[in-house]
Amino acid sequence: METAPDLQSISAEAALSPMLPRPFVIKRVRRETEDTFTLELEPTGRDDGFSFTPGQFNMVYVFGVGEIPISISGDPARPTTLIHTTRAVGTVTKAMDKLRRGDTLGIRGPYGSPWPLDKAVGRDVVFVAGGIGLAPLRPALYHVVSNRERFGKVVLLYGTRSPADILFREELETWRARFDLDVYVTVDRAMSGWRGNVGVVTTMIPKAPFDPRNAVAMVCGPEIMMRFTAAEMIKRGVDIRDVSVSLERNMKCGIGLCGHCQFGPVFVCKDGPVFPYAQVRDMLVKWEI
Amino acid sequence: MENLEHILGEHPFFQGLKHEHLHLLVGCASNVRFDAGQYILREGAEANTFYLVRFGKVALEMGTPNKGPMIIETIGEGDLLGWSWLVPPYTWHFDARAMELTRAISIDGKCLRRKIDNDHELGYEFLRRFSDLMVKRFDATRLQLMDVYGNRA
Ligand SMILES: Cc1cc2nc3c(=O)[nH]c(=O)nc-3n(C[C@H](O)[C@H](O)[C@H](O)COP(=O)(O)OP(=O)(O)OC[C@H]3O[C@@H](n4cnc5c(N)ncnc54)[C@H](O)[C@@H]3O)c2cc1C
Ligand code: FES
Repeated sequence: METAPDLQSISAEAALSPMLPRPFVIKRVRRETEDTFTLELEPTGRDDGFSFTPGQFNMVYVFGVGEIPISISGDPARPTTLIHTTRAVGTVTKAMDKLRRGDTLGIRGPYGSPWPLDKAVGRDVVFVAGGIGLAPLRPALYHVVSNRERFGKVVLLYGTRSPADILFREELETWRARFDLDVYVTVDRAMSGWRGNVGVVTTMIPKAPFDPRNAVAMVCGPEIMMRFTAAEMIKRGVDIRDVSVSLERNMKCGIGLCGHCQFGPVFVCKDGPVFPYAQVRDMLVKWEI
Repeated sequence: MENLEHILGEHPFFQGLKHEHLHLLVGCASNVRFDAGQYILREGAEANTFYLVRFGKVALEMGTPNKGPMIIETIGEGDLLGWSWLVPPYTWHFDARAMELTRAISIDGKCLRRKIDNDHELGYEFLRRFSDLMVKRFDATRLQLMDVYGNRA
């Protein structure tokens, strides 16, 4: 018979060991699309919230099933609630999808490198997201929107598979309505009633309203999409050193101990997941790595 | 006419084209507008024109069995619509429908084919520009075909 985890003792030990998860309770579940959902979580027993930097991830443990890396998708200025947006693709994510309000998850983190928002101050910022890749970029968008006066033009280019797969629709509408943000959404395929754009996200780069000589690009999505996007950015005139990507590799420890996430000479969990494109470009085209 | 030459010269597709070539093109060009919902091209019809979109948005569509028309691409300001006028049998392979009020320059393909047959330098400029465009569209189509947002299974 399964026994429920002793949350109090786990919580106390978690403070001591980086390998022990802290229990968080689900306060709200929001369905984003058919296969993607957002969980709002709060730590049990303590109310010290959860501070993080945009781009960072947590190791999320579904008790008895497994532990996986998931980026934080909430607002860094509101650390009281921890937010994760996840696409159900396999064993752990599908088990996560079945959890409901009041259920508990184990959290280790936050881990990993942030989006280079400091470098973007005073410059144009271009976010390029593909599919679920909008979730890891959302904290950086929140930050830029809350500190709007510190940045030049702010552009979001977002591509998904179909209109039904668009994440955070209401927020996208709100951002699109602002005069100081340029939000463009495109889908790979659509039926005739769709009134938006159809075409891959990279086709929006040549016309997007930013100054390539003074722009910083943050790109998150499937690896192939990021490669094509980075190439298009560089072609437009953006310095390769100003393009960042967020990589995904299978992880176990999340803290640079086990080597599971090794990618050439780097560990994605510790040195990434956000990397300057210049650092990883050559490795991304070698499928043997 | 002079105005049309100016508009053509400003369009990204013709940027850098010699003045004398622009002048030749004007003879084949005219201003057109399409209301939202209006069809610009129909699949299977003779392809004798191409369009340089000045503003608005156009959906390229194909009929799918049981599901109705599917949008395969949308194009807008600064884009070029149609290259079937360039290669035999000169028929359209898709429908194009204005999604909103769209203004464009239409170029008569038959007229242009005659001119490029007589002026190979103009022909070269055209093919160079069209090949560049085709490579970009092929890259985009490949990326679309890879279905990168689908499950990795
Ligand atoms: C740093 C980092 C941040 C991440 N952030 C997020 C996030 O914010 N939201 C999110 O949904 N995911 C995110 N991921 C991906 C997530 O970790 C994986 O989807 C998860 O580990 C899959 O575990 P699973 O047990 O559900 O699937 P598995 O059982 O391991 O895999 C089942 C099937 O799904 C396929 N699959 C696995 N991963 C993916 C994937 N990412 N996309 C499509 N198919 C996949 C596999 O090829 C396999 O066929 C992130 C990954 C990393 C490294
Ligand atoms: S996951 Fe263990 S080293 Fe990165």
